[in-house]
Amino acid sequence: MLYIDCPYCGKRAHEEFTYIGDATKKRPDGAEKNDPAWVDYVYTRDNPRGPHLELWHHGLGCREVVKVLRNILTHEILGAGRPADDIPLPETETKP
Amino acid sequence: MAEYSVFSLIKNALNGHKSWQRAWRDPEPKPSYDVVIVGGGGHGLATAFYLAKVHGIRNVAVLEKGWLGGGNTGRNTTIVRSNYMLDDNAHFYEKSMKLWENLSHELNFNVMFSQRGVLNLAHSDGQMDRFARRGNSMRLNGIDAELLDRKEVKRMVPYLNYSDEARFPIYGGLLQPRGGTARHDAVAWGLARGADRLGVDIIQNCEVTGFKRTGNRIEAVETSRGTIGCGKIGFAVAGNTGYLASKLGMKLPIESHVLQAFVSEPLKPLIDHVVTYGAGHFYLSQSDKGGLVFGGDLDMYNSYAQRGNMETIDHVMRGGIAMVPSLSRLRLLRHWGGVMDMSMDGSPIIGKSPIDNLYLNCGWCYGGFKATPGSGWVFAHTIAEDEPHPLNAGLRLDRFERGHILDEEATGPVPGHH
Repeated sequence: MLYIDCPYCGKRAHEEFTYIGDATKKRPDGAEKNDPAWVDYVYTRDNPRGPHLELWHHGLGCREVVKVLRNILTHEILGAGRPADDIPLPETETKP
Repeated sequence: MAEYSVFSLIKNALNGHKSWQRAWRDPEPKPSYDVVIVGGGGHGLATAFYLAKVHGIRNVAVLEKGWLGGGNTGRNTTIVRSNYMLDDNAHFYEKSMKLWENLSHELNFNVMFSQRGVLNLAHSDGQMDRFARRGNSMRLNGIDAELLDRKEVKRMVPYLNYSDEARFPIYGGLLQPRGGTARHDAVAWGLARGADRLGVDIIQNCEVTGFKRTGNRIEAVETSRGTIGCGKIGFAVAGNTGYLASKLGMKLPIESHVLQAFVSEPLKPLIDHVVTYGAGHFYLSQSDKGGLVFGGDLDMYNSYAQRGNMETIDHVMRGGIAMVPSLSRLRLLRHWGGVMDMSMDGSPIIGKSPIDNLYLNCGWCYGGFKATPGSGWVFAHTIAEDEPHPLNAGLRLDRFERGHILDEEATGPVPGHH
């Protein structure tokens, strides 16, 4: 089980959450046809082998969207906060 | 290396099995190769085999960071099928199926391909309609498909939950009689031996750590066993595609996710076919050793770890018991996780990359094993001719920016939904 420190509810098992995905994607302005920014937003992913910022929906808790920093090679959860929060890498964490 | 036959078997049996030779060499890497394939799983080995056999390119190396078939080739549920609806997928997977049908003969190695039939169950009228549509599309593409009603399914697989209390009653199913299973390790070994016999160097314990680039070309790969020059280079590294691509500053429409699979304690013959649950995600068959082999959904969060979570194991078992109640008293023998390269539309990517001499074979999602020979066949063509074969023209990387996505289930660009 993964334990996510929900900023509203405290530490909860990941079963209570639904995974949404990459939190670094920003919806582009406008809707130009064949806009590379939209291709990037919809399809392209960094998919890092290491720390990954991602969104989880706390459906069986506060029903809020939570931003989580998780190492996707080890599954270790390195931090969590609200979607607008900056979640820094812990100092001990070395980049992959 | 000697041809395997009934005579070689008898000869070696009389000799106490003391004079079998090793099935493939263990060469030191040469300074450079015409083609370097990264990834010694089924797809990489099949690519090397067909490069040598069909295209006459024999100065080829397959680099494997661990041991042969130690990644997803040895971690899947061994199912082979070509029951796809969309044309680009259907033609490609059917080519693969045709190669499977002759693979043991072609390799002189028994891959234990067993066309026992793949049955997808339907649990509502709507699902029956969808299966009828998919079955018709398959038949129009020359692929075998039969729509079975409840009575026919019950006659074929009597051990399912047909009770009135079933939460998802069985309405019928879509059968592909030519689908089935193959022995996954034998596929890796047979392809390795086949490629080796044609002169391909298979180099194990050789991890790619970086690339030497000149302009828009890769001149050499840096590995744990030294620098190896390459004329052309192909990636067939499944879940690690994103990681290798990031070393080249390349981003792809791929997320890596973990998928678990399971084997039960061995039983006498019980499950004669491959059966899949339509109300959840559960697929079941029985190996020749008697263990039931099954799998379910992804763990649903990005992962590069080859291990999963209890919660998903519980979820898979619930699906299995809903489909076959008698599984509830079985003990689990083993389970494991593999890293899936989940593409954003659920279909594979085989083709050229933005780098001139780099070719990509990735995005296999849940189902790379069944594609093994077909994937190698079209990837070898793509590398040799520097352009995709008509069978993988629709699977190119640029389909995402062109809007020609292949979303078989119409579930949108979310890997967990495929």
